[in-house]
Amino acid sequence: MSSASRARLGEEVWKTRTDKINAELVTLTYGSVVAQLCKDLDGDYAEVNKQLDKMGYNIGLRLIEDFLAKSNMQQKCANFRDTADVISKVGFKMFLNITPTIANWNSDGKQFSLLFDENPLADFVELPDDGKAQAELWYSNMLCGVIRGALEMVQMQVDAHFVSDLLRGHDTTEMKITLVRYIDDELPQDDE
Amino acid sequence: MAGSSTSYYFVIIGTKDNPLYEAEFGTFKQGGDGVPKFREEQRHMNQFIAHSSLDCIEDLQWASKEMYLKAVDKFNNTWVSCFLTGGNIKLLLVHDARSDEPIRQFFTDVYDMYCKTLMNPFYEVNMAIRSQIFKAAAKKYL
Repeated sequence: MSSASRARLGEEVWKTRTDKINAELVTLTYGSVVAQLCKDLDGDYAEVNKQLDKMGYNIGLRLIEDFLAKSNMQQKCANFRDTADVISKVGFKMFLNITPTIANWNSDGKQFSLLFDENPLADFVELPDDGKAQAELWYSNMLCGVIRGALEMVQMQVDAHFVSDLLRGHDTTEMKITLVRYIDDELPQDDE
Repeated sequence: MAGSSTSYYFVIIGTKDNPLYEAEFGTFKQGGDGVPKFREEQRHMNQFIAHSSLDCIEDLQWASKEMYLKAVDKFNNTWVSCFLTGGNIKLLLVHDARSDEPIRQFFTDVYDMYCKTLMNPFYEVNMAIRSQIFKAAAKKYL
């Protein structure tokens, strides 16, 4: 499947098979989750990042099934480059109506960056100016977990984390995704 | 304030009559540079004048269906205009010449920006506002 036809597929699924909800509802709901976590964890932003990632992971585990059902993708991605293309053009398009740019491939084709020109989760947001949040909080960290969880269900162990964020005053919002390994079908460890 | 060009004192008052934001600026009209030209003793008077107008606003607010209450109070040559949001946040402007329409436009813009500020999940009602975005609205209309 070519890159252009993936873009068409993403567009079509978004138009015909996705239930839409109000963008501000999403933004505010996600915002309350993050703000509440910050409050509950007493400004321990490293822990907030971790919790967001964990929530995302649990979303990803389920979301992949919904993704496969709606997108009707039949064939497997041939390589990691295809996977990146599908994540951006079909995955993000279908669930958030955005198409992050793929960039910064490393030489062995196992690591790339997603550049978010727009991020519906972060509309209206200004990080608290307590001198810490700007340096420690990855506001949209849930997205990393979603990708990690979803790819794990299709036999890919990846590491995903943000390296820059517009909210922190950087020029771009960039998420780095690294393929750790393809998970072979393994027998559960204590299976007799 | 005779002899000086028009200056404005703008303050946002929270639901517990607490100030959230204040700014002073001069007119941008007729080649104004936006620098406030309040005399030193006038500056703290502005706060008193704004504060004393709160009682008038409470009397007026139930009598009008509009959010923009226009000029609600007058002290010597100084007017106080008020815009009351649905959430009972008061936008007050202390000024020395009456001009309802530009001030209405100014308030409408500020209200819009206030809504956006309120949408920030880390901002809570009655919290002080630090960003200086409202000055842009002043530049446009006043």
